[in-house]
Order: sequence, then structure tokens, then C-alpha cells
Amino acid sequence: MKFGVVIFPGSNCVTDCYYALRDVFGQDTEYIWHRTKDLKYFDCIMLPGGFSYGDYLRCGAIARFSPVMDSIMEFAESGKPVIGICNGFQVLTEAGLLPGVLLRNKDMKFVCDNVHLKVENNKTPYTNLCAGGQVLKVPVAHGDGNYYVDDDTLSEMEKTGQVVFRYSDAYGQITDTANPNGSLGNIAGVCNRKGNVLGMMPHPERCVERLLGGEDGSIIFRSIINYLKGGAVNG
Amino acid sequence: MDKKPYRKVGLTLEEYDRIVDTLGRHPNNLELNLYGVMWSEHCSYKNSKPVLRMFPTSGDRVLQGPGENAGIVDIGDGLAVVMKIESHNHPSAVEPYQGAATGAGGIIRDIFTMGARPVALLNSLRFGELDNQRTKYLFENVVAGIGGYGNCIGIPTVGGEIYFNDCYRGNPLVNAMCVGIIKHKDIKRGTAAGAGNAVMIVGAPTGRDGMGGASFASAELNEESQENRSAVQVGDPFMEKLLLEACLELFETDCVIGVQDLGAAGLTSASSETASRGGSGMDIDVSLVPRRETGMMPVEVMISESQERMLVIVKKGREEEVTGIFEKWGLHSAVIGRVTDDGMLTIRENEEVVGRVPARSLADEAPVYYRDYRKPGYLEKANSLDIQRIEIPEDMNQVLVRLLLSPSIASKEWVYRQYDHMVMTNTAVLPGSDAAVLRIRGTDKAIALTTDCNSRYCYLDPGVGGATAVAEAARNLVCSGARPLAVTDGLNFGNPEKPEVFWQFRQAVSGMSEACRVLDTPVISGNVSFYNETDTDAVFPTPIVGMVGLIENTDNITTQAFRDEGDIIVLLGENAEEIGGSEYLKVVHGMEKGRAPRLDLEAEKRLQDCCLELIESGVVKSAHDCSEGGIAVALAESCISGKLGAQVEFETCDRKDALLFGEAQSRILVTVEKNGLERLKSTAAGFDVPVMTLGQVKGETLRITVAGITEIELFVKDMEINWREAVKCIME
Repeated sequence: MKFGVVIFPGSNCVTDCYYALRDVFGQDTEYIWHRTKDLKYFDCIMLPGGFSYGDYLRCGAIARFSPVMDSIMEFAESGKPVIGICNGFQVLTEAGLLPGVLLRNKDMKFVCDNVHLKVENNKTPYTNLCAGGQVLKVPVAHGDGNYYVDDDTLSEMEKTGQVVFRYSDAYGQITDTANPNGSLGNIAGVCNRKGNVLGMMPHPERCVERLLGGEDGSIIFRSIINYLKGGAVNG
Repeated sequence: MDKKPYRKVGLTLEEYDRIVDTLGRHPNNLELNLYGVMWSEHCSYKNSKPVLRMFPTSGDRVLQGPGENAGIVDIGDGLAVVMKIESHNHPSAVEPYQGAATGAGGIIRDIFTMGARPVALLNSLRFGELDNQRTKYLFENVVAGIGGYGNCIGIPTVGGEIYFNDCYRGNPLVNAMCVGIIKHKDIKRGTAAGAGNAVMIVGAPTGRDGMGGASFASAELNEESQENRSAVQVGDPFMEKLLLEACLELFETDCVIGVQDLGAAGLTSASSETASRGGSGMDIDVSLVPRRETGMMPVEVMISESQERMLVIVKKGREEEVTGIFEKWGLHSAVIGRVTDDGMLTIRENEEVVGRVPARSLADEAPVYYRDYRKPGYLEKANSLDIQRIEIPEDMNQVLVRLLLSPSIASKEWVYRQYDHMVMTNTAVLPGSDAAVLRIRGTDKAIALTTDCNSRYCYLDPGVGGATAVAEAARNLVCSGARPLAVTDGLNFGNPEKPEVFWQFRQAVSGMSEACRVLDTPVISGNVSFYNETDTDAVFPTPIVGMVGLIENTDNITTQAFRDEGDIIVLLGENAEEIGGSEYLKVVHGMEKGRAPRLDLEAEKRLQDCCLELIESGVVKSAHDCSEGGIAVALAESCISGKLGAQVEFETCDRKDALLFGEAQSRILVTVEKNGLERLKSTAAGFDVPVMTLGQVKGETLRITVAGITEIELFVKDMEINWREAVKCIME
């Protein structure tokens, strides 16, 4: 089982994801340079956070044209898991692998803080070890995390379980004050129709060690590993 | 108007004559400009050098002291910490976003220039009171600029301090500190040696931004300064991220002889300083420097402060390897000349020699001034405080709330929420406690980091204030479980040509030096920023102390937060009632007067050793330095962070306000379990540190009783809302 962490110029959570996968969860992990085209040795690909190409244009809009992206599209088509975190989420929406867009935060300011997430769909490769409605405490750090999608697509997504995480309070209540960026419906993470591509603004790789203040992100990594091992999936 | 050529570049007639003596002829315009920037205070430290010699700069752990791009201190296991602080005050006063952003960018380059991976940013900021739009604009944009740069490059901004005082209204202070981790064997230095070796410029192309920034930094701010925006550089953190990664990849090869970033005075300082350090010369051709603008004159190329550039001295014949690495990262690299053995900096444009001066004369032979100094007249009045005439307020609850609402004391969450303080996944203690703590990957160790300076104490007594800044920084580190190791200093003062300002400077450095000696924290790097004045005001003397400490085992990491109901609250140190220079006097009585709190360095050292011993032996569960706002605010902060109440009793006092809100130094608030109290007392006795049991962690309120009367009782939740929302409310 092999994980790949993509390096775009300007990605800055590359080593965070790499260390989490390799050191904390003991997984065989390699970096994938943005010019790479051959992904056949990988079983799961992670697009990390950061500011790809400086994000001077719309976030992720240039990374989407990186040579590696065509191969990632194929990889995703084949049904293998692709997870985009923060900037990685932005890249996946720009590439059309996920619905919606990420706008500037409502208050126009970067926000770095611990937030709570309610797991809305625990039948994905990324949440299969979560209880339904489980609340996770995970950090966010972004300036453009304000998720938006048109009404029709949203109602479709709600029906098909594509809304995977919502910002909530510590008790799982979906409230305005729990929403750090103005996201529509408090949406923090979504998947594609098939469920194999996930994008999320919060950073699970930042909370997998008690020393750093929390381990709630672990369940997402453990769920992926469980899925790749062919483990039981909820439902 | 006086427009002699040497005046235009900020030099005096005497300095001009000295250049003529050195060269044996008049300098041409290009050469004169080189001297102008290199002999500015910012680059040459010509006013401060003799005073800075007071600092202790050596120690068992010091691997690199002042004089390089950054200082280095050993943390064992073959690892070391690289650190430096630098000011970007004047750029931030006229263009706050870019001024602050490039301040962060510049200090980051200083760290990776040494071969280290930068792992943390801190800052120390000073603004006027937040009662006007201009100050709010500066504050908002400085914070956005620091965040914009640090967040994008992916280095966490983990700590800092911010104070608001009207002495900074026209001239805010923006000091940025960066910390890196390096293996001893990977340390690089800014030196050019070996005739024939290649001189390469790498990174961003050169433009006309930041022209003469070093000279701009070395004059007072006035009306014209606002028009001097072209002296402010523009930052590109994405470019710097690429430069950082490319440089660290390059350093893994053995191509590199030396490396230096292009900071103040750009190519001029990088070329002359590396040559001077290596005892060599350099022959460079400005026409080979990659540019982003056309028609640039040689002098513009030489003094441009375009950001995100480095000068690399590469072994002859290895140039292509360097080019290959930079191409991979999409960056320019160009051989612009060769190292020579004639000691001269020779500048060509194509074939023509357009300037030729001794490299040493630029880098190391600026005049040194022994400035006059005189005790300022204001001190007598400022120090006189008739405490009898200060009315003791009736309602101490109200006083505590007013202090918690004071922006200098209130939570800085509004600020640090805008900084990514977690990226790189090392931050074990987030902003908001006494010091930030980062684990050192691959070891059981951690480092603690802080910046500190109470400039009001420095205004009232620069000597005591300077020493207190060092003592308090060290105390903050100790409270987090760290042994203080070394200091980087950011010295911010007014115009040194004024004897009163120079007296403040001398006193502050002298006080800091003594404290550094007693606390065994040598100064390994630093920065001097003079001319922090406007037409009407000079800033308070503000010698900022950046300090790093070592936590031997991450199990020892301690915070200010109360941990468990029933724990006993103990004050370590002498509980003197001092009111002078306190935030209480300022906020409640509108006075910045009196004597700075007394500081006994020997007692401070014993206190810190004692506290560290108690933390390392697992006796103490929380530790918090008593600083601005005194013991009442310290208690409130520990309650708020721990979301727990406390019941505290004092048997007696001279003055309630001084007891609760006085800022006597060398006091640490700790908690222990009931059965640990005896052990705490015997340990403290061994260090000759006074101990006072104050009460216990209990309930939902902070209740403080003095002589049987409840003076303070507030719900922790209510205190938290006031404290947490204060700055946000003012800004939104």
C-alpha cells in the first residue's frame, strides 16, 4: 500500500502530510513532484495545503494545469482515493473533480484556529471508522475557505451524501458562530458522487499527535488505511 | 537647500573626506552611493558599535555569535538553533502591509542563509493607542502583512507581543524574529574566498524597488517620508518559498563556498561583506544581473533592495549544478563575476569598469562614533510619584475588568488567528501562553521562544528596563519548562545624535548586558534601529529581547493554564507592592510615572532555577509569570486559560491596588497538588526563594480576598469574554 503526497511549487503542508502518513501511521509514503506523470505505484494520493504558485490568481487555478493533474484525473476516474486538504481541496474544485468553489473568507481575513466538524457521511473511504454524526476537533488555516455551490448542485449533493463534514459546535450543532469562513451550509468537506475523491478545508494531518494538542484527525487517516486494506465500511 | 552630493546619500563632509582618503581620489557617483548605503547606521552600526561591545556574546553553547547573518546556539544531539530579530519600522510606517511582509521575508532569508530550515516566526509590535483610524489602519495592515508572508511561505508565526502607547503613534515598531533548526555540520557562512570561484546571484530578478532603503531607515520620519514609498520593497512569499527550497537543496551538495542574502543595501552589502569576511575581492558585472525592469543604471542595480535574492559563492566549475537546481524550482541564477585576491570590489558594466573600491572599506571601515550622552531632563519628573495622592479605587472588580480590556493586556487572539501558527506540525504550545513551544522532531526535546520588552519601564529607567526585558523573557521560558539559552536583541531607539537618546541607549544595553551575564544567556545576534522619531515625538526606548530556551523532555512542557480543581496556588518570589510604571497607573489614573519595578538579578536567577527544578521534577502543574496588570491579571489569565476558577486570600497589605495590580518583578504563579506542597516548599527553601500560598483552584469565579474582605469576585466566563473580545471589538 503506497501513499503519494503531491508537491506543487508553493505547497507548504507537504512534509506535515508526509510525516503523519509515514511516522505516525507507518505507511509507505513518497513525494510526487508536480511534473510527474506516472502514478501507477500509488494507492492513495494526497494533495496538501499551501499556496500553490503563490495563489496570486484564484487559489488552485494554476496548479490545476500542472503536468501531474492529468494523471490525477485518471487516477480518480479509476476509483482510487484522492484527498485534497485546504489548498488541495481548492485545486480539486478548480480541476472539476469536486463540485463548488472556495471563495474568500466572509470577513476577508485568514483564519487559523481549532474548529469542530460534524461527520455527515460516515460511509466514505475517509470516514468509515467514524460514528454517524461524530464531532471531531480539527484545525483550519486558510484565507479562502468559504465554500459555495449553486442550489441545484447542493440539493443533489445533500441527497447523495456528498457533504462529508460541516462546521459545528462541540456538540454537533450546526450554527453560524461555529462557521469560521461563511461557507454555505457550514460545509467543510465534500466528496464526488462516487465518494473516492474528498476535499476538506480543515487539516487532519495537524491533529494526529497528543503532543500537538489533539488526535481527532487520526480517524480520517485510519479510515483510509482501513478502506485500502479492504476493511469493513459503515452501512 | 543643502544638496551636496554626499548629503544626498546621507553622508557628512567628514565621511566624504574619509572616502577620498581611502580611495586617494574623489569617488564617482556610483561609488559614493555604495558608501552612502554601507555607511548608513542601518548597515554599519557606526553609532552603536562601541556600546554593543558591552554584550556578553560567548558561552559553551554559542556556535555563532554576532557578525554573521544570524546567531547559532547548540541544543545537543548535533542540532542547533539559528535565530535573529530585525526591525522594519520605517517601511511599515509608510506602507504597513509590504513593510511588515518584507520584514518577515528578510529575516527568514537571514536564517536559511546559514543553512538552516526556518521553523518559526515571532514578532514584536508597537503602535499608538487604538483610538484613531490611522493607527487602526497601521495595526490591521501590519498584522495582515506578517500573516500574508508567513502563511504563504508556510512558516508558523508562533508568538510575539504587542503594546499600544501614543509614543509610537507616528513611528510604529515592527520587529520580526525567525528561528531555524540546523545540524552542526550543515552550517553555512557568508564568506567569499578562493580566487576564481564564481559569484552567482539567484532567486528573483532585480528591479527598482527598495532603492536606498538602508538610508531611509537611518533618518527620522517626516512629511516627506510618506512620499518615499519607492524605498519600501515589495514582497513575494511564493518566490521566497521556492528560493528557500532551492537553497536548502543546493546546500546538500558541496558546491557552495559561502552564501549571503541580499537585504539592506542589496548587492552592495552582499558582495562587499562576503569579500571582506573572506579577506578577498570580487569582480562583478552588473549587466549580467537578471532584471525585471529595463534601463537600470549600474548604481540602481547595486543598491536595489528587491526581495527574494541571494548571492552564492560557488566552487569554480560547479556553476551548472547550481543552475540545474534553480531551474528545477523555476528560478533565475546567473554567474555575475568571480572572487579575486586583490581585496577590491570591482564593478563593471560589460567591459567598462564603473566603480572600484576596497571591499573592506565598505563593509568594515565605516567611521565609528562615540556619541555624547546626557541623562534626559524628563526623568526627574517622570520618576517622582507621590503615591499618597493616588486614590485607591473603590471597586476592584471594575479595575480588573478595565485592565483585561486594555489592548496591551487583552488577548491577542484577533491577531494570531490571522497567522498560521500550526503549519509544520511542531507547535506544542500555541500562542497565548508565556512562551511558544516547538517540538524538535526526532528527539524528545522542545524549544521555547518568546519576545519581550516593557518599554514603559525603559522610559522610566532604561537600565532597569533593559535588564527587566531580559529577565522577563527568561522567566517566560522558564514558566514553559525551558532553560534559557541565548538572546537576539532588537534595539529600537530615537535619534542617537541626541545625547539624551544616546544615554537611554547606553543604559539599556548596559542593563541588558548585566542581566544576560547573570542569567547566562549570551547575545548571539541582533539589530539596531535608530531614528525612530517623528517631528514631534521619539518612541520610548524599546530594547526587544528575543530568547530561545531548551526543554530537555517534552513531558516538561508547562503552560499558564490552571489544570485541576483543588490544586494549590502558590506565589514563588518576594511579593513586594510596587505601583510605579504599571499598566494599572496608566489605565486607571492616566499616569506613566514612578520608578520602574526593582530588579534583583541574583534573586531572579534563584527564582528561575527553582521554578525550573520544580517543573522538571514534576511538582508544578502550571506556571505563569506575573507581569503587566500584576498578580490579579496573572490569576485571571490562568483561570481563563484553564477554564477554572480560583479562591485566593491575602492576609494583609499596605495598599490594595499595589498588592493586586502592582508589577513587582521576579514573581511566578504556580500550582501544585495538595500533597506536592511540602516538596515545593523544601525545594524553594533550598534555592532561598520565598513562597506564599495564595489559595486553591476552585469553582467558577476568581475570588480574591484581602484582610477578610472580598475585593474581587468575577465569573471566569465573564472575564474571558472581556479579555478575548476587547481587541476584536475595537477593530471591528
